[in-house]
Amino acid sequence: MMDDAFSAMSRSIVDGAPDAAAVLAQNAVRDGIPPLDAINLGFVPGMHYVGEQFAMRTMLLPDMMASAEAMRAAMGVLERELTQSGASRPNEGVVVLGTVKGDIHEIGKALVGTILTAHGFRVHDLGVDVPADRFAAHARELQADIVGLSALLTTTMKQQRTVVETLQREGIRSQVKVMVGGAPVTRAWAEEIGADGFGKDAISALALARSLMNGKRSIAVGQP
Amino acid sequence: MRPKFELLDRTLLERIEVEAFQLLTTPGVRIAPCAYELLSEAGATVKDGVARIPEDLARKCLASAPREFHLYSRDGQPAVHYGGDDVHFDPGSSCLNILDSVTGEARPALASDLVRLVQVTEMLPEYAAQSTAVICNDVPQDAGDWYRLLLVLWHSAKPVVTGAFSAAGLKTMLSLLLIDAGSEEALRKAPRTVFDVCPSPPLNWSEFASQNLLDLARAGVPAEIISMPMAGATAPVTLAGSVVQHTAECISGIVIHQLENPGAPVVWGGAPSIFDMSTGMTPMGSIETAMLDVACSQVGKHFGLPTHGYLGSSDGKFFDAQAGMESGIAIALGALAGINMISGAGMLDFLACHSLEKLVFDAEAIASLKRLIQGIEPHGDSLATAMFALTGLSGNFLKLRETRALLRAEQHFPSAVIDRGGLGSGDNIAARLRQRTDELMAAYRHPAMGSDRQEALLAFARRQGEKMGLAGLPGIPHEEVAAHL
Repeated sequence: MMDDAFSAMSRSIVDGAPDAAAVLAQNAVRDGIPPLDAINLGFVPGMHYVGEQFAMRTMLLPDMMASAEAMRAAMGVLERELTQSGASRPNEGVVVLGTVKGDIHEIGKALVGTILTAHGFRVHDLGVDVPADRFAAHARELQADIVGLSALLTTTMKQQRTVVETLQREGIRSQVKVMVGGAPVTRAWAEEIGADGFGKDAISALALARSLMNGKRSIAVGQP
Repeated sequence: MRPKFELLDRTLLERIEVEAFQLLTTPGVRIAPCAYELLSEAGATVKDGVARIPEDLARKCLASAPREFHLYSRDGQPAVHYGGDDVHFDPGSSCLNILDSVTGEARPALASDLVRLVQVTEMLPEYAAQSTAVICNDVPQDAGDWYRLLLVLWHSAKPVVTGAFSAAGLKTMLSLLLIDAGSEEALRKAPRTVFDVCPSPPLNWSEFASQNLLDLARAGVPAEIISMPMAGATAPVTLAGSVVQHTAECISGIVIHQLENPGAPVVWGGAPSIFDMSTGMTPMGSIETAMLDVACSQVGKHFGLPTHGYLGSSDGKFFDAQAGMESGIAIALGALAGINMISGAGMLDFLACHSLEKLVFDAEAIASLKRLIQGIEPHGDSLATAMFALTGLSGNFLKLRETRALLRAEQHFPSAVIDRGGLGSGDNIAARLRQRTDELMAAYRHPAMGSDRQEALLAFARRQGEKMGLAGLPGIPHEEVAAHL
C-alpha cells in the first residue's frame, strides 16, 4: 500500500505532472506518511531517475524541466509540513548557485538547483547575470560549503575564473568548494581556473557536490 | 533547367504568411523608444513598448523595399547581386576563437588571424564577399567592431558582410566607409558593405537593433536582418512555427527600416536554428537548421526580397569528417535554394571558432555546388547522336573536337585539395589543405588603394584607436603605417 503511494509519487515526477505531485504530497500528509519518507522514498527516486535518463539522453530538457516543476510542487507541500512539525531534512550542504555575470542562461543552472535541493542540499539560487562579488558576499554570509557557477557562453565562462579570484581575494576560497558547469565548460577549464570540480550535467553535478562535501568533511575530521 | 530546392508548398507558405501577419498584431512586436513615434505615426499601435503592426502597413513597407541591389568592390564594380536566385558565399562572422594552424587547438583570435582569413578569402573566387570574420582579442572591446572593418577594408577589395556592436560603433564604421568610398554619394550609390542587424527572439527589436535599422536606413547602407528563432527554446518547436516567427521578425524589422527611408536596401536574412534538447546547444550544422534556412529564404523570395542564410558551419571542434559532412550538406541545400548570400563557411564549434583550413575546404564544396546549380544543358541540337555519328562504336570520345570544346563547360575541376589521384598518390587532407592555404597566402597581393585614402583611413583609425586605448594598429604592417602617417 505504502509502496504504491511511493511509486505514484515517483511516477508524478517522471511524468512531469506538478498537479498530481502536489495532490500526492497532500494525500501523504493526510494519510500520516512522514514527510521525510514521502520526499526520500517517493519523490526523490523519481527525480533521480529523471536525472539519469537525462544523462543518457532518453529524457530531454523539456522533460527534465517539467519534472523539476513537479518536484517543486511536491516539495512546497512537504516542506511546509516539515516546518510546521518542527522537523527538518538533514542538511547535505549549503550551495550558493548562479549564472555568471554577462550570461542570462537559466535552464541548466535551475536544473542543478532542483536536483541538489531534491537530494537535501540547501540551495541559494542567486539567479542569472550574477557579478563575482555577489557570489563572494553570499558565500560568506551563508557560510556556504559550495559555490556553483554556470556559464553557457565561451565569452562568459571567463567570469568563472573571476569568481574564483574574487573568493581568493576575499579570503574565503579555502572555506568553499567551487564547482563549474555549462555547455562550453570542460574538466581542463575547471583545472585551469582553479575550480574544485566540473559537472557535465545536473546529475553529475549532484555526484560532484556529494564528493566535494565528503572531501570537506574528511578535512574537517582531520583538522586538530 | 536550373535545379531548385524548396520545402514549403503553396498552402503551407500561405499559412505561414497569414500567421506571421497575425503575430504582428497579437502579441505584437517589442520595439525600442527610438522607433515609437515613427511606427505610431504610420498607423501602428504602440503601448508599453509593444507595437501592433497592421497588415496593410506591413505590406506597404514590404512593397517599398527594393527587390534587388548590388554590393560593389572597391574599384566600383558590382560584385554581389542581392536578388533573384543568385547565390554568393562569405565566411562566417564574429567568432571568438581560431583553430590554430600550427597547434591544431582553438585559441582566442587576434588581429593577425583576421588578416590571414581576409587574405585567403581574397584569393578564393568562391567567396564573393568578405566578412568581419573574428573578434580580435588584442583590440579593446569598444573598438572591436570598427577595427575589424578597418582591417578588412585595408586588406581586401571585395564587398564586406559586417555588423556593429553598438550604436556608437556603427557611427565609426560609417565614417570608415565614407573614407573608403570617397564621398557620401559614392557610399550610397555603390555600397561595399551590408550590415547584419539582429532582433532578439522572440519578436523583440532592442534599442541597439532598432537604432541600427534607423541609422542604416538613413545612411542608405544596406541592412541585413538576421532573425534567429531557436526552435523549441526561443521559438515554437515546430519548424513551421519557427518560420512564422522568423517571418514576423523580418517583416517588423523591414517596417522600422522602410518607414525611416522607403526604398533603402534591406535583406531578408537570418540565422535560425533548432535547440538541441539534450545538450542545450544550438546546432548550426544540423539538418533541421538547414531546413529552417531554406524555408525562411523561400518566404523571403515569396515577398520578392533579397535573401540571406547562415549555412556551411559545423558544430565539430576540429576540421574532421563531421565538419565536412555538415558543411557540405548545408552548402548544397543553400545553393539549391538560391539564397543570395550564404554566410558561415570556415566556422566550427557552434559559430565560436574559425578555421583557415576549413575555409579553404568549404570553397571546394562551394565550387562543386556552383557547378550543380548550373544544371544539365543540352549544348546543341543533338545530345549524343551527332557525336556517335563521328565515333560509331569505337568509344573514342577523347579524340572528338566536341570533347575538347565542351569539357570545361561540363566538368568542374577542383583544386589539389580534392584527392582524385590513384591509391598512394598523395598526402592526406590536412597536408593538402596546409599546402593550398600556404599557396593562397603566398599569392596574395595587397589590393591597390589610392594613397590619399590610405592615409585618411590610417589617420582616422589612429585617432579613434587612441581614444579607446588601442596600442598601435595591429594587423597593419609597420612599414605601411610608417609610409602613410
